[in-house]
Amino acid sequence: MTAPIEEASLSSSRRPTVLPVAPERLPAFGPAVPVVPRSPGRRLLDRVLARPGASALFGLLVVGLFFGLQSPGLLSSGGLATVLDVAAPLGIGAVAVGMLLVAGQFDLSIGVVAVTTSLVTALLVSELGLGIWPALLVSLAAALLIGAVNGLLVVSTGLPSFLVTLATFLVLQGSSLAVASAVAGSSRVTGLAGSSGWDSALAVFGATAQLGDGRFRISLVWWLLATALTTWLLWRTRFGNSVFASGGAGQAARELGVPVARTTVLLFLGTATAGWLIGTLGLVRLGGVQVDPALGAEIEFIVVAVIGGCLLTGGYGSTVGAALGALLYAVAREGILLAGWDPRWFQAFLGLLLLVALLANGLVRSRLRTAPRS
Amino acid sequence: MSTAADTGTTPALELRGVTVRYGSVPALSRVSLALRGGQVLCVLGENGSGKSTLVAVLSGLQRPAEGELLVDGRPVRFRSPQQARACGIATVWQDLAIAPLMSVWRNFFLGAEPTRGTWPFRRLDVGRAEEVTARAMAQVGVTGLDPGQAASALQAGERQSLAIARALHFGARVLVIDEPTAPMTVTQRALVLQSVLAARDSGLAVLFVTHSPQYAHLVGDRFLLLGDGRVAGDLTREDVDVHDLTRLVAGGDELSRLTDSLREAHQRR
Repeated sequence: MTAPIEEASLSSSRRPTVLPVAPERLPAFGPAVPVVPRSPGRRLLDRVLARPGASALFGLLVVGLFFGLQSPGLLSSGGLATVLDVAAPLGIGAVAVGMLLVAGQFDLSIGVVAVTTSLVTALLVSELGLGIWPALLVSLAAALLIGAVNGLLVVSTGLPSFLVTLATFLVLQGSSLAVASAVAGSSRVTGLAGSSGWDSALAVFGATAQLGDGRFRISLVWWLLATALTTWLLWRTRFGNSVFASGGAGQAARELGVPVARTTVLLFLGTATAGWLIGTLGLVRLGGVQVDPALGAEIEFIVVAVIGGCLLTGGYGSTVGAALGALLYAVAREGILLAGWDPRWFQAFLGLLLLVALLANGLVRSRLRTAPRS
Repeated sequence: MSTAADTGTTPALELRGVTVRYGSVPALSRVSLALRGGQVLCVLGENGSGKSTLVAVLSGLQRPAEGELLVDGRPVRFRSPQQARACGIATVWQDLAIAPLMSVWRNFFLGAEPTRGTWPFRRLDVGRAEEVTARAMAQVGVTGLDPGQAASALQAGERQSLAIARALHFGARVLVIDEPTAPMTVTQRALVLQSVLAARDSGLAVLFVTHSPQYAHLVGDRFLLLGDGRVAGDLTREDVDVHDLTRLVAGGDELSRLTDSLREAHQRR
């Protein structure tokens, strides 16, 4: 056995006992091997590829250029307003789901939370005669309750969040349909426009601005706010660090005392709040709510977040990427419509896009994971 | 078995009759030990002898069912590893506890990030974190490192340096090193041993968990042998030489019996 260090030098008797020790006073030691710098081009490529949203941005440019040439109406202010109108509610959900994906969890219930909470708001206003603002507060509380149930179930049982939120989805879907037809007589509740406080609610959740021949909705502002807030949380706060660690390295996070359970529950509260916001935006816009069963919409948030560069396995992703993914989705959908193609091609196109995104993510991941062995 | 270093000073960290059970199976039963500043205690034992559980208790990950922990003579109860770290007890984990997809400085400060500003605008102090990380990494011999790069881009040895630099930064009283199970090169081993000695020389109490009696004997002042979750032996450097230690760790008589039978079989050929 070759000892790397001389034994004589190790058993030195010099042992000061001053406590506590400032780490700055520790002597430097260890193999002084300078890191070999990479070439500037390679470094730039690494940096670009390391951005989770890079592939979504690239895809957006390609798809935008393609449909912009196919149907020039897409890039007019009217076309742009339609695209952003489609992208905004999807994007609000996608940034919340994206953050949850970074923490390694799923939420299938966000769309149904939107429907359920707007139904709660509508019924409180139409049946009990509450003002719109108190009704919105109650439905927000209901959304947070659903989020808390999801989060606490996932944290306490350790069950896959995919299954837990699938169960939530089915329960809420069935009960909101049943409650709507039992109380209101149909799956549709309307006539909220006259309730007290409606004007101010319309200003906050339903305002529009005419620019050229396009009508831009305030949902766009909420979407940008949600993206900015989640980006700041994710990259610049301790909470964001916990999110990344919970998803990418659960064991390490526990060993270092990162509050994994608290972080997860908070993120489920976040997706539920996003669901409530989506529902409220739709409610105020339509002046009512239509309970409409659709499982496909639940997957879309996750699809969009993955297209935006979030790894399904957690630990990596960005909410800007998720927002870009939502925009890409909207551009493709409107582009196909305006180009006069059969709109059913859209789903096939979305699937293709998802596949490309998954492959691109896998590539990024393998680049990040590959570390030369010493 | 009392040496000069034992008398007088209060131990930086002490365990008294600590028992940990997983279900009904005791992983540690009535383990007592004392760590003093400027001393290295090596914990040796086979797989499953309770070494990792001991590390988990010391670093606040596992709460003992019975017994107590004393820091500088005061009883404490750690609810999370963060509290242990706040008490100046830092750990180099067996798996190094590094999130591969996060940057080096995020890994360095994970769970104890420096912030500035007041809530709700409290945010990470990125500049300071990067600066401290670069300085701490330079102290363990990794220079010219970009703290913003992903930890997965580090070489195996650099990753180990990161884990050690982090523990040295946060460990003001006690350094717990659970030697990695992954195979190490001699250089990497040397880094671990050097960090043990650097910490000892600056007055920290060091608990070094290892499988290798040879390396333990190089740096250890005391040796705690664990077997089936119990303390099977508490020896000082004066009590044993490296051969005795090897024999004791490998199961003592069993190994010598094995050696004898193998030697016989060899001679018969």
